[in-house]
Amino acid sequence: MGRFIIKRLFLMAFMLIGLLAITFVISHIAPTDPAALAAGPDADTEMIERYRLEYGLDQPVYVQFGNYLTRLMNGNWGTSILTTRAVADDLLLYFPNTFELVVFSIGIAILLGIPLGVTAAVLQNTWADHTIRILTVSGVAMPMFWLGLMTQLYFALYLGWFPLGGRMNMMTDPPDPITNLLIVDSILRGEFGTTAEALTHIVLPAVALCFPALASIIRVNRAEMLETLKQDYIINAMAHGISMVRIVSVYALKNAMLPTMAMIGLRFGWMLGGTVLVETVFDWPGIGLYAVQATISSDFEPIMGATIVLGGFFMFTNLIIDLVYAWLDPRIRGQI
Amino acid sequence: MPDKPILSFIDFKLNFDTFDGVYQAIDGISFDLNPGESLGIVGETGCGKSVTAKSIMGLLPSPPAEVAGGGIWFDGRNLLKEKSSTLKSIRGNEISMIFQDPMTYLNPVFTIGKQIVDVILAHQKRGNHGRSLTSKQAFQYGMELLDKVHLPNPRRQMKSYPHELSGGMRQRVLIAMALSGQPKLLIADEPTTALDVTIQAQILELISELREQLNLSVIMITHDLGVVATVCDRVLVMYAGQIVEDASIKQLFNNPSHPYTRGLLQAVPDPAKPNKKLKGIPGALPNLLNPPIGCRFQTRCSSASEKCTRMPALNKIRTNQKVACWNVGTT
Ligand SMILES: Nc1ncnc2c1ncn2[C@@H]1O[C@H](COP(=O)(O)OP(=O)(O)OP(=O)(O)O)[C@@H](O)[C@H]1O
Ligand SMILES: [Mg+2]
Repeated sequence: MGRFIIKRLFLMAFMLIGLLAITFVISHIAPTDPAALAAGPDADTEMIERYRLEYGLDQPVYVQFGNYLTRLMNGNWGTSILTTRAVADDLLLYFPNTFELVVFSIGIAILLGIPLGVTAAVLQNTWADHTIRILTVSGVAMPMFWLGLMTQLYFALYLGWFPLGGRMNMMTDPPDPITNLLIVDSILRGEFGTTAEALTHIVLPAVALCFPALASIIRVNRAEMLETLKQDYIINAMAHGISMVRIVSVYALKNAMLPTMAMIGLRFGWMLGGTVLVETVFDWPGIGLYAVQATISSDFEPIMGATIVLGGFFMFTNLIIDLVYAWLDPRIRGQI
Repeated sequence: MPDKPILSFIDFKLNFDTFDGVYQAIDGISFDLNPGESLGIVGETGCGKSVTAKSIMGLLPSPPAEVAGGGIWFDGRNLLKEKSSTLKSIRGNEISMIFQDPMTYLNPVFTIGKQIVDVILAHQKRGNHGRSLTSKQAFQYGMELLDKVHLPNPRRQMKSYPHELSGGMRQRVLIAMALSGQPKLLIADEPTTALDVTIQAQILELISELREQLNLSVIMITHDLGVVATVCDRVLVMYAGQIVEDASIKQLFNNPSHPYTRGLLQAVPDPAKPNKKLKGIPGALPNLLNPPIGCRFQTRCSSASEKCTRMPALNKIRTNQKVACWNVGTT
């Protein structure tokens, strides 16, 4: 087990370098001149050329990439042209917001998705199943940003239950950072008013973001439950008079959770990619918005920084999913 | 027969309501099983052996399964009419079943121990044995059961997962589970088909041994007449959802009377004449969506005649032998 994790972490480091190389190359063949951008709009040709030499931008791409990696190893993530701040500081500011949003969202998707999937399977072809199917079909079909706008209209503007957007109210001071996660920090510092506020702000964006994931988790879980309930070992359990509740919630569910876990991992990755839509609609100060703005303005350092954080986070989550998989399935546990 | 039968099928009929139409899987079977008796059910694949066994346990999914008539009486109760809670308390406590493929009948993600303990606890919750075990005692009892079915090293096996055990070991585990509720009747649906020959013999020996020890009645379903000869007192020969012959072992091998039974026996290799060519039964099972009128075997029977277009009844032709065939006279 320990060896498996170390092996995977090594592999992750290589994958991350690969990911960086791809992003690096793409951003360098884009038809913009990084030197001209970095030197600023007022710079003349001579200044641009000097800048190019100074930062090694005249070198071949692979040399530049090598230089970049060396710099990164020394803890220098570069500076954002857009925010004029160190990329590392920006990421520390924005990533925790996205992290909270995504974790909250996948949490909702899992906590709702699995019971609904099980219910739909057990009550197959009843009104309950049909109702849940409507939910899943619309979850897959509805664009996230549209759903976000609709929930804003209804729950924020019309009912006034939740704020329209943002991470918290303008006037509230954030707690002194410990983890940089607003909800966690406010609890640790005992500022429960802030916690409540942060929670009301996270509900609508998290719901909008979770819908596609919720829909796929329900679908996969339902299909897997139906398949599992037909298995011989379920018949054997029934033949021994074990109660149906126990058969469904323990005997079948643990088996059906294996493919469901794979879907959760997959959906989690998509969520990280899709968070920018929700962040835009809800004015959420997250890394998705940060990365997109950097991309639009060819702000190279933040693009690379965001790639590292998002990519690394995604890979790490997948490692965790694999560990959960091994924990659920003894046949896999034996192999790692 | 001194005792009253423990299990009686009375003109039991069961259909599957399929997309293509109504499939008459079991068509009016009647037989008695006496306490302590070991009854074999033989017949080619698809003739309804497993469906018969699963009907006793109430394990057929409905739809598509549909009881079309008759009754299954166990210990004075009609199983087809009982509430599902009563059926649950009968399952495992009074009637237990073991299945064909030990590979797929154990849950792959739980330990053997957890599965046995669960079954033991479920039995005592529903059962009438008046015991109340803690889960620790249930674990202990589980190990005793594994020991009883001669599984080596029970303590370690309790912590193993199914994929760590061989097929024969898994079948022993399933037998241990089946015995945990101290049933009166054990139904074994081809318990050795998926195992290799030496293991087969061991499992059959185990079943015979347990039968004597625990005074079990046994229903043994099999394709294999050799298995029948080793463990059964009496045999039902099934063909296309009907019983065509019901005979003691001795009568079956000495005086096989139904043409289908004779065909089955000719298809068994005789160790004394290894070079003799085996004779199969030509043709295939009739389509039970639309069964032939009269005897269901007539299409494959060499001695079929005009009268076979009427359904023959299962008639007693000798002591311990009943046959459903117009061409076999009663004596
Ligand atoms: N759930 C079901 N739905 C429809 N038809 C079924 C179902 N289960 C069994 N049958 C049909 O009932 C018939 C009898 O099946 P059964 O499983 O009893 O055969 P069997 O005698 O046990 O054969 P084998 O020796 O191969 O186990 C088969 O023709 C099968 O197609
Ligand atoms: Mg069968």
